[in-house]
Amino acid sequence: MAQVAEQTKKAKGSVVIVAERCKGCGFCVEFCPPEVLELSTEYNSKGYHTPILAKRDLCTGCDICGMVCPDFAIYGYMFKKKTKEA
Amino acid sequence: MPEELYDIETTIPSNPIEEFLRMDRMPHIWCPGCGIGTTVNCFVRALQTSGLDLDKVAVVSGIGCTGRVAGYMNLDSFHTTHGRAIPFATGLKLANPGLKVVVYSGDGDLTAIGGNHFIHAARRNMDLTVILINNMIYGMTGGQAAPTTPVGATASTTPHGNFEETFNLPFLAESCGAVYVARWTAHHVRHLTKSIKEALAKKGFSFVEILAPCPTLYSRRNKLGDGLDQMEFYRDNSEIKNGADTKSVTLDFQGKITVGKFVDKERPTYIEAMNQHYQKKFGDRYVPSDEIRKLSHAQE
Repeated sequence: MAQVAEQTKKAKGSVVIVAERCKGCGFCVEFCPPEVLELSTEYNSKGYHTPILAKRDLCTGCDICGMVCPDFAIYGYMFKKKTKEA
Repeated sequence: MPEELYDIETTIPSNPIEEFLRMDRMPHIWCPGCGIGTTVNCFVRALQTSGLDLDKVAVVSGIGCTGRVAGYMNLDSFHTTHGRAIPFATGLKLANPGLKVVVYSGDGDLTAIGGNHFIHAARRNMDLTVILINNMIYGMTGGQAAPTTPVGATASTTPHGNFEETFNLPFLAESCGAVYVARWTAHHVRHLTKSIKEALAKKGFSFVEILAPCPTLYSRRNKLGDGLDQMEFYRDNSEIKNGADTKSVTLDFQGKITVGKFVDKERPTYIEAMNQHYQKKFGDRYVPSDEIRKLSHAQE
């Protein structure tokens, strides 16, 4: 059982953030279904707070952040499933 | 059970939408918190899954913040004069009927200065996909009241509140004869993508209205917070009613928003009606152009 619980905790995907394109609107942070993103305290070169992947283990790679982002600065992707043979 | 279910070491894929955009023009001019970029994202994802030949897709925009979309899409696109996106698209479609023509413009452009063109394209059932971004204001020119500004909202030309009756755009489109009418907000990304995909596949005048926040001019002047607050408002106050009577979907100032697919019907398009009429009138003497003949063969 413990092994299964650990399995579900493992991230199924991740996000890529292009910080320099971000304008800090916060849409991705607010509308992320598993709420894995946070606005960082760092700035990008234009002076906006950009999102960071705070809870890496909970990301499902659903790409809702990529769909709501008005600046094309973030997108999610799912990890490819390993085949049983490999 | 295998030891590791997911392979973390996979190479990071590049952003799937970048090939659809002119990335050399990024970052775009839209304000932080503006919803237009979100709708472009949904449009690109709809294009990706629609299976359309991208060499046969053209995007036409008018003037305004949303008019910039034509410049950012890496497709054949044209940025027309103010309000004339639909006449240009009509000409494009008639001259080259094999194209899929998408009109992507704002509320001020399509329903104010271009209002006449809008109703007549719907009446003729021109084979166009019209995506209208409704931010309830003239954004680019400084926040003047538009035909879509709700009663009671403040704009730069109505400092004591707007008192003019508002357009109910789905009702306008349906009553003029549009075959596909839907309304979504920038918050409903999945629904919106599906809806745009359906509109692209639909033959005839398909119309999708998208409510989008305008944080700089509409929200700030009306003390509604920033773009994120408007998106949260859309989330909390939208009601999905597919097939709702379009008469009942008027927009009030900060009132309930009815979203959904309202109309999906069949009607002969302009080109089909023209072919039918002339074939009946002239018989064998009527010789349609190669493009139109190809199109009517494909339909059969």
